[in-house]
Amino acid sequence: MKRWTSAGAALAAVICSATIMGAAVAADPLKMAWVYVGPPGDGGWTFAHDQGRKAVDAKFGAKVKTSFVENVPEGADAERVIRDLASKGNSIIFTTSFGYMEQTLKVAKQFPKVEFYHATGFKSAPNLTIYNSRMYEPAYLAGIIAGHMTKKNVLGFVASFPIPEVVRNINAYTMGARSVNPKITTKVVWVSTWFDPSKERQAAETLIGQGADVLLQNTDSSAVLQTAQDKGVYAFGWDSDMTAYAPKAHLASAIEIWGGYYTEVAAAALAGKPLKKTVWGGIKDGMNDLVSVNNSLIPEAAQKMVAAKKAEIASGKWAVFTGPIMGQDGKPIVEAGKSLSDKEIDSIKWYVEGVEGQLPK
Amino acid sequence: MLDSITPLLASAVALAMPLVLAALGELVVERSGVLNLGLEGMMLVGALASFAAVAHGGGLIAALPAAMIAGMLAALCFGFITITLQANQVAAGLSLTILGTGISAFIGRHYVGFRAPASFDELPIPFLSQLPLVGPALFSMNALGYATVALLIGTSWFLYRTRPGLALRTIGESPVVARALGLHVSRVRYSAVAFGGAMAGLAGCYYAVAQFKMWQEGLTSGNGWIALALVVFATWRPARIAIGALLFGGVSAFGLYLQAIGVHVSTFALASLPYLATVLVLVLISADQQMIRRHAPASLGKPFLDDS
Repeated sequence: MKRWTSAGAALAAVICSATIMGAAVAADPLKMAWVYVGPPGDGGWTFAHDQGRKAVDAKFGAKVKTSFVENVPEGADAERVIRDLASKGNSIIFTTSFGYMEQTLKVAKQFPKVEFYHATGFKSAPNLTIYNSRMYEPAYLAGIIAGHMTKKNVLGFVASFPIPEVVRNINAYTMGARSVNPKITTKVVWVSTWFDPSKERQAAETLIGQGADVLLQNTDSSAVLQTAQDKGVYAFGWDSDMTAYAPKAHLASAIEIWGGYYTEVAAAALAGKPLKKTVWGGIKDGMNDLVSVNNSLIPEAAQKMVAAKKAEIASGKWAVFTGPIMGQDGKPIVEAGKSLSDKEIDSIKWYVEGVEGQLPK
Repeated sequence: MLDSITPLLASAVALAMPLVLAALGELVVERSGVLNLGLEGMMLVGALASFAAVAHGGGLIAALPAAMIAGMLAALCFGFITITLQANQVAAGLSLTILGTGISAFIGRHYVGFRAPASFDELPIPFLSQLPLVGPALFSMNALGYATVALLIGTSWFLYRTRPGLALRTIGESPVVARALGLHVSRVRYSAVAFGGAMAGLAGCYYAVAQFKMWQEGLTSGNGWIALALVVFATWRPARIAIGALLFGGVSAFGLYLQAIGVHVSTFALASLPYLATVLVLVLISADQQMIRRHAPASLGKPFLDDS
């Protein structure tokens, strides 16, 4: 329903502004639109973006007018939706999934006066800014907890697509766990989708069947966590705090916090100077975090280790991809004392030691 | 090795059960001479109805009738169009699939992201579930899984060992002869279609309340079509449906299993494995035209004007 109401509202607004053009230009609210890959009720990725949108509403009230389109498939359909939003008078458009990259770029060229913001991509333009969050930081912290909790020394990871963003999260999770116990290995199952609870669930069941007893996922729903609870193993929330979905299995949630960035963009636009800075924030910038750590399940040693590492990351003293990092063949990829640059982190296409199987091409 | 095959078998059986339910219902419908291609739509409607019943606090007791009634209502719409109004069964069945998919997605928007407050959980049978290999697969199913086995046996018995079962098969072979014998063709066909709808609803309930415990658009992900193919695969015999469903479930589970043990295969190829297997089996069976002709109900898909 929301899709239609927001589309209807946008249409009504266009008609209204056309009829009273000139009279009320100054009072027109700043129109901002979001394109979502799933429903805001997914309890994960899209939910986190929608929380960010609500933060903008709460802060600026009548000065802004926000809307969103949900369940937009990645691909040609996205282009139509983005162009639609741009032609309906939105001056700021956020496209919140990796697969909207080409489409956003294309529409951005056609609407030079509209500011576009694309999450997690790597292509920009004068009016297309990219923003992302270093989810590998909370993934590493989750790995530390997993390292303490696993009994079989086998972790499971439900992965979406073999792109650097996901591969580095698998690596960070594995590295965190192996910093506790170097015998730990991670099994990975790829589901080729961001949001398909039934597939995510089957993948989780398969991993549990193969001995994995602490799971993490780089998909958008809470299905993996719920499966873990049904099967009596542990898992983490991802993108949003998922404690409520499976309180018995939930160890912690690696969350995205978009509200700060969205309000910054809105404030800059209202002041007449659109924000054009590429942002890749992490724990330090308050763009993500590991929250709701389940202290009743997790040993104190793990809690302390997580707190210590989090402080090091937050202060900038230490980065996750700091050597020595071994590849799957046991040979060093990053030498001791060296760290990967942002550019290198953004193009990771290899597994670290401890991840099983081959990376799909 | 045994350790990793046991869970593989268990997930094969779990994936097979809803297929058996839906295919069994369709088998009865087709044995009466009616071809209902709307399985997928009826399953989705049943899935949503049962999930809604549970989500609104009705518990598992409410989920079953909700699923069966919803599936049955959808099926009776189809029945009215094809049996009473004599419309083309293929077209009507396809419409039913589209309608069910759309209407369940539309109403289901309110339930996305909900966790089912109650679900059919595994009920291991003491001792038997400890058996190596088959224990977890066969003796640690959920209530719907056990019910599926009972329904499979019950339907076989009904079709081959009772008078109404014989009447149904006769109508499927030749409605003209059946009417001459004094059988009520339309009445029997309506009942068969309603039964098929209820079974499809149950299959949907299995997905929503037992397997995934959540609602999502298109939850059954094309399994209604697989169930349809299974009926042909089984050459319209109930027992063979179980074999076909297990085969399909096994191939589905095997794809993920390969990944989990670290075998490098394209995920897209793996995802299409079960469907390729289905196509292959259908091709093999259809190669023998004699066999299809001998086993298919002779009046399948043909409208019959019952003016008695």
